[in-house]
Amino acid sequence: MKNKHLRRVVWITLLLILLAGVMLLALAVGETSFSILELVRILKSKSGMEYSIVYNIRLPRILLGLATGGALSLSGALLQGIYRNPLVEPYTLGISGGAALGVAVTIVFGLDLSLGTYLLPFSGFAGALAVVFLVYFLAIGRSNFNINRMLLIGVMISFMASSAMMLLMAITSAENLHSIIYWIMGSLDEPDMILIRTALISSVAGLVISYLFANQLNALRLGVTRAKHLGVNTDLTIRILFIIASLLTGICVSIVGVIGFVGLIIPHLMRLLIGSDYRILLLTSFIGGSIFVIACDLVSRTIIAPNELPIGVITGMVGGLVFIVVLSRSKFKIQ
Amino acid sequence: MDNFILIDKLVCGYKTGFRLQGISTQISRGSFTGIVGPNGSGKTTLFKAITGEIAIMSGNILLDKHNISDMTSKQKAQKMAIVTQNTEIADMSVEDYVLLGRMPYKKHFQLIDKEKDVEIARKYMKLTGVLKYKDNLMNELSGGEQQLAAIARALTQEPDVLLLDEPTSFLDISHQVQILNLIQNLNESMSLTVLMIIHDLNLASEYCDYLLMMSNGSIYTEGTPEKVLNYQHIEDVYNTVVFTQQNPLSKKPAIFLVSEKLYKSAGKNL
Repeated sequence: MKNKHLRRVVWITLLLILLAGVMLLALAVGETSFSILELVRILKSKSGMEYSIVYNIRLPRILLGLATGGALSLSGALLQGIYRNPLVEPYTLGISGGAALGVAVTIVFGLDLSLGTYLLPFSGFAGALAVVFLVYFLAIGRSNFNINRMLLIGVMISFMASSAMMLLMAITSAENLHSIIYWIMGSLDEPDMILIRTALISSVAGLVISYLFANQLNALRLGVTRAKHLGVNTDLTIRILFIIASLLTGICVSIVGVIGFVGLIIPHLMRLLIGSDYRILLLTSFIGGSIFVIACDLVSRTIIAPNELPIGVITGMVGGLVFIVVLSRSKFKIQ
Repeated sequence: MDNFILIDKLVCGYKTGFRLQGISTQISRGSFTGIVGPNGSGKTTLFKAITGEIAIMSGNILLDKHNISDMTSKQKAQKMAIVTQNTEIADMSVEDYVLLGRMPYKKHFQLIDKEKDVEIARKYMKLTGVLKYKDNLMNELSGGEQQLAAIARALTQEPDVLLLDEPTSFLDISHQVQILNLIQNLNESMSLTVLMIIHDLNLASEYCDYLLMMSNGSIYTEGTPEKVLNYQHIEDVYNTVVFTQQNPLSKKPAIFLVSEKLYKSAGKNL
């Protein structure tokens, strides 16, 4: 038992060191790269072009990567826990589809521009929220809900949102089409600190609230009925965790667009490496997601610098590859 | 012995289908009660009503004098532990699985298992013989060992009553006897009330001290195995010809099946 705790502490320490390392690297490396000593000097100087690159351009991206990577991965871990389905991820339930549809409607119909820079995130969040409410009330708002029914409704809404998106993209102008595609591809390039703070606060709050249900999630690994036998209020647990995962996804997608695979791959990777106990998995998924997204963003903005690749391309390619390698070398089985 | 579970005019079941027809009975504290009957007779429906998996339409179930409908999941889990046919295979260690039995006593944010909880879990793992597998994954254990781990998990809940739904269905005779011996020992040494659905009438006869025989959503008859397991009752409820005799060692009823061929050849001599 003591060895188990020690092993977990070692893993968390390693992940935190890795996170700090990746953050530092992302701060130092880019079109213009700096050594660690230069970085310290630049941050101390508090003025000039170099300071602006590090503090106003790279740091916000890193903080946004920390928040959205952590939140998307945490959402994936929560949803895989409540659905007991290894293929569920934050985007399975149509939340990203709803957000994308919200943004597409806003762009295509040129809706009120008074919200300025907040218009697209706001409309994305409104779209995501609409899907969350639809899934909630059609499936889990009922007194006696079925977990598979909830999943199917989510998947169907996702397909409907995709079809509506395609319809909008087919009828709109080339300029609007470009805006929609650019948004969908996802990017951490977000200069607004209010949105970054919102992402950071909500992701950390989501992590803390999720920990209230870590034991219940462990019991749910045996199935809903057996968790009930162990005294878990499964209906309440599933409802709350679904709402947390959905809101976190909605907030992330509305700010950074669609960054795929994080919520699917990272929780599984952490299960394979460290174990499936939710008392550790929630935290390791969060830190792992942050590391992954910050690292992928670093690759996306340096690999063909001065141009930038969509981060979703990197998360999909790198994540999939790493996952397959770890899975093929692992003795564990995914449940 | 006082009544630990009191079932009064219980009606429950499914909206458009099968229902229990106003069942009344009582399970004594410290008894080893078996529920027998053919498929579709209402055994599982009764079991699910007691565990709270299906809603009660009318009537009451009192668990240690408390109405089960008024109890929270946590309160129920502290009073009764449930072992089902097959343990859900999970990629968790046997010790972590057994420790889930302490779930009804855990508080939010209790992220590390208390020393006391670990001691309780290990005590029951030792009792059921799975302590040596504590670091193995559950899905590395055989079916019989998984059932033993499930019983250890149930005991770790420190319940007053153990409910078992055909705990030996998929096991060979060696594991069947091993598990039922263990349950019998627990029943006697810890005064643990046991309520078990069981299909095998011979095992029910040997291990249970009280039987409920169900048919068409009602209790057809109840009492000691000697009273319940006579050939008329069995033939009537199961619609199958059987031959009963007394087990020369235990003096309990032993049931023999009669094939159609034997029945035709033996004719009226049966």
